[in-house]
Amino acid sequence: MTLNILHLYPKEMNLYGDHGNILAIKRRCEWRGIKTNIIHYEPGDEIPDDIDIIFGGGGQDSGQGKIEADLQKIAPKLKDFVERETPTLVICGIYQLFGHYFETSEGKKIEGTKILNLKTVAGDTRLIGNITISTPEFGEVVGYENHSGLTYLGEDMQAFGTVITGAGNNGKDMTEGVKYKNCIGTYLHGPLLPKNPRVTDFLILKALENKTGKSQKLEVLNDHIEQRAHKVAVSRPR
Amino acid sequence: MEKLSIILGKSVQKVTRLRGNGGSALPGLVIEKTNPNFVKEVLSKLPYGVVVVSGTNGKTTTTKIVTELLQKQGLKVFTNKSGSNFVRGVISAILNNIKVGGKFDYDIAVLELDEAHAVKFCEVVPINYALLLNVQRDQLDRFGEIDHTADLLQKVAAAARKEVVLNREDPRVGKIKADHPVYFGLSETLLKKFPSDDNLIEKTEAKVSDKPAKVVFEKLSKNHATYNIDGENYSTDLTLKGIYNAYNAAGALAICTTILSEADPANLIKDLAKIESAFGRGEVFEVNGSEVEILLVKNPSAFQLSIASFADDDHDYMIAINDNIADGRDVSWLWNVDFSKLKNIKMTAGIRATDMALRLKYDNIHVAKIEEDLETAVKKFTRSNKKPKRIFATYTAMLEIRKIISGKSIL
Repeated sequence: MTLNILHLYPKEMNLYGDHGNILAIKRRCEWRGIKTNIIHYEPGDEIPDDIDIIFGGGGQDSGQGKIEADLQKIAPKLKDFVERETPTLVICGIYQLFGHYFETSEGKKIEGTKILNLKTVAGDTRLIGNITISTPEFGEVVGYENHSGLTYLGEDMQAFGTVITGAGNNGKDMTEGVKYKNCIGTYLHGPLLPKNPRVTDFLILKALENKTGKSQKLEVLNDHIEQRAHKVAVSRPR
Repeated sequence: MEKLSIILGKSVQKVTRLRGNGGSALPGLVIEKTNPNFVKEVLSKLPYGVVVVSGTNGKTTTTKIVTELLQKQGLKVFTNKSGSNFVRGVISAILNNIKVGGKFDYDIAVLELDEAHAVKFCEVVPINYALLLNVQRDQLDRFGEIDHTADLLQKVAAAARKEVVLNREDPRVGKIKADHPVYFGLSETLLKKFPSDDNLIEKTEAKVSDKPAKVVFEKLSKNHATYNIDGENYSTDLTLKGIYNAYNAAGALAICTTILSEADPANLIKDLAKIESAFGRGEVFEVNGSEVEILLVKNPSAFQLSIASFADDDHDYMIAINDNIADGRDVSWLWNVDFSKLKNIKMTAGIRATDMALRLKYDNIHVAKIEEDLETAVKKFTRSNKKPKRIFATYTAMLEIRKIISGKSIL
């Protein structure tokens, strides 16, 4: 079995060790005898139809500018994947652009893909530091956030988790990220997946179930180091 | 006004020292408030003016090389040795070296300033020369964005009244505009050893820039380096550790031959041979009968370069990662380094020892020991055998390890 993993804009959206998220999916598949095929998607490329997992990371402003137009073009296809329960993880920049829009401090609205019912407005301070959240599906999730955009979820949207320490979506309503079908949007870098293997395994499991059409069980891995690193990260100051 | 400031500053220094505060920031703050032109007044009297050295990696050692090369050429060089690379730090350094009567007996100032502070500094003090090394992903929680950093260096270049020495091989520094640009660079062969940040992430091949370079770092085998200066080759053994320091030496040679156009390159090369790396940058200690080298790592590109230049030897390695403020709280940059070429990693250490072990696990490298306590880690690591060893360490881990090793009593 080979899982096709779509990495959106690895050239332009690659900050904060996001490469580690792809590596986490790849290795945790390999360690279970599942092959992976990483597809680096850059503006203008074709997106294959048989995508099993989608990942998009954070970027600097110049990177975001370069992908905006292209993202609009592929938005319908991405929306279709998300609606069909394709496991998807979008972080920071791409998370924001999966919503309706990003409103800059000058009041300019950068159009999003409208895949998720949320909006983001520029804030006047950067929300930076270690963050721990509590999630209904994966328990405690730990990461590092660094964003100035403030994200507000639409009423029908469920948050990825509730902030225990840190700022989260907007520093006010205690929500962090979003979980819609099998799509997770979040501000958590760190990178997210290595220290939160339950989230990684969720993406892999859902991909396998979609591919085979039946319920699956993942082989249990020794996650001693993952758990210990998670614990250390939770204990660190902001 | 200037004399008054000197007296005032020196008095504040005395008082803060008496109170045991080391006296670094406060005198600078007082002078900055009472006489914002102080630094300008003092430094603009220097016959050769001010040289600013900036960039993400290698500032400290490069500043040291430039300073020592100019000193050997007979110049009296003022520099900010303590690594206090802020305007206030510069004020304190001046106060330490200026006579109460205002006599500031130097020919030139060579100052290491990080990108953001370099811009602020240039707004206050006119500078003659700049040496700009590279723009790489640094502690992301400090500056945020790499393009922003390139813009900062562009401002520094625009402020320089004379030559700006630029690393033509760095994709962002090579593009910086200056009235009088001078370039240093690499030969085709060496360029392959220095993947830029973009190359690391995009996995693309770098090409040598077609800009004419005053100094080209041509060859390095072991510690024997060849530089081409104004079209002629010069070779020497280096005391400096690591290929990246040898590269930055090319930048230092370029700025020194620019400032002192009459200097004989052969003499500069002879002097370069004896210069040592800066504190904590490739220092070698002897511990329990084996050689232990400490290497500071603070961002993915520098770490990757270190790994690339050591890939073929048989040292044992320890990697010590702290996440204190001075190291950067965010340790995610470790995931932008490819560790698969590094053999013999015996131990990970420091506050984020487990994070490091986790990072290695996902490169399929198993680490036998994870030891958060640095003292225990250093003890175990140096006692294990007599093989030569290297310790990669983030800033505060480096300081701590250095203390542990030089105060050998515990070993």
